Amino acid sequence: MAQPNPLTTPPPGADTQIVPGHTEHANSHTGAFPPFESSGFLAQLIWLALAFGLLYYLMDKIALPRIQAILHNRAERLRSDLDQAQAMKSEADAAGVAYETALSDAQAKARDIAQATRNDLAAEADDKRKSLEGDLNAKLAAAEATIRSRTEQAMGNVREIAGDTAAAIVERLTGQAPDRASLDRALDATAH
Amino acid sequence: MAVTIDPIHQFELKTLVPLGHIGSQQLAFTQSALYMFAAVGVIALITIVATASRAVVPGRMQALAEIFYEFMEDTLHQATGDGGKKFMPLVFSLFMFVLVLNLFGMIPYAFAVTSHLIITFGLAALVISVVVGYGVYKHGAHFFGLFVPSGVPKVLLGILVPIEVISFISRPISLSVRLFANMLAGHIAMKIFAFFVVQLLLAGAWSVLSPLPLFLTIALTALEFLVAALQAYVFATLTAIYLNDALHPGH
Repeated sequence: MAQPNPLTTPPPGADTQIVPGHTEHANSHTGAFPPFESSGFLAQLIWLALAFGLLYYLMDKIALPRIQAILHNRAERLRSDLDQAQAMKSEADAAGVAYETALSDAQAKARDIAQATRNDLAAEADDKRKSLEGDLNAKLAAAEATIRSRTEQAMGNVREIAGDTAAAIVERLTGQAPDRASLDRALDATAH
Repeated sequence: MAVTIDPIHQFELKTLVPLGHIGSQQLAFTQSALYMFAAVGVIALITIVATASRAVVPGRMQALAEIFYEFMEDTLHQATGDGGKKFMPLVFSLFMFVLVLNLFGMIPYAFAVTSHLIITFGLAALVISVVVGYGVYKHGAHFFGLFVPSGVPKVLLGILVPIEVISFISRPISLSVRLFANMLAGHIAMKIFAFFVVQLLLAGAWSVLSPLPLFLTIALTALEFLVAALQAYVFATLTAIYLNDALHPGH
């Protein structure tokens, strides 16, 4: 600063950069407190009326209707967009439900088909098994019959051999051949 | 003191275009008038120029205009209900006008129009005349039922009616003085504290203390921005509340 010790050198108004002088008081008759300077009141009120009137006109006729319209449009837009989204969502939901039903139908059908196939196959296998068993049983029966007839035949042969042997033994012991009827009786008696 | 402080100088009207006299009244285009028209211009810029595109997705300025609009619409609706919509232009204009003028005052070297009582009084008088005018026009003599609290014994009315009348008359005064005094006091305080910085810097060894008022000045400046916005809001809110009396005069 220009003055190192201003407290001791006080030329009043020296620091004019702080106090920009009182030359502006040319307009005001007195040095009264400016906000209470009544000589400017009328002009201030007139300018206020003009400025505020202009502002009111601009706000009332242009600005506020426009902003209102903007906000209204946006709200409308949002609502229609939301409605559209809602409609799309319900559509998607319906599609989802349809898909679910189709899927469960298909699953049920597939299950049915699988079950039917399984049943068919089981029945077929059963039939095959039964016919095979029948065949086997028949063969078994035939085989048993063969065995039985062969056994009988063999047994018949045994009787004959036994008769022949018995006749031979009796002939050797008694020297005379036994008659056929008594031999049969004796064989029957021993067989049982 | 080497440096003399003049915190009042900032409130002086400066004649830009002298227009003559009417009696003792000086007619002139002052810087105050210039600031008022500048405020109208700024408000028009925000609310008209910036909204010209009517964008669904707003730009910054349009968003600002919309925020102000919705803010004032809310304020008005809360105070007056559905019937108050027709006063939206008035309340919005008042809010924007006072807000922009207050904020203009925060620009260094600028002039705070609202620090002049006659301006704030003019606005308050406008509000009260709209309240009375609309109240009488809409409700006739019933409007003056505003001064007669219901459900009060007749004996007490003799005391209460004058009180109500006085409280009603004090409204424009309090409305204007509140705004004026806030702006005036704030600007004087800022000027004084800012001046302390200079004064301490010039005081030799004491200059080490000069940051203190500097910080205070910074804090005060922030406070004054708050006050500038708050007083505009208070002015608009009180206007809405007074308008509610005109709309619904029953107590």
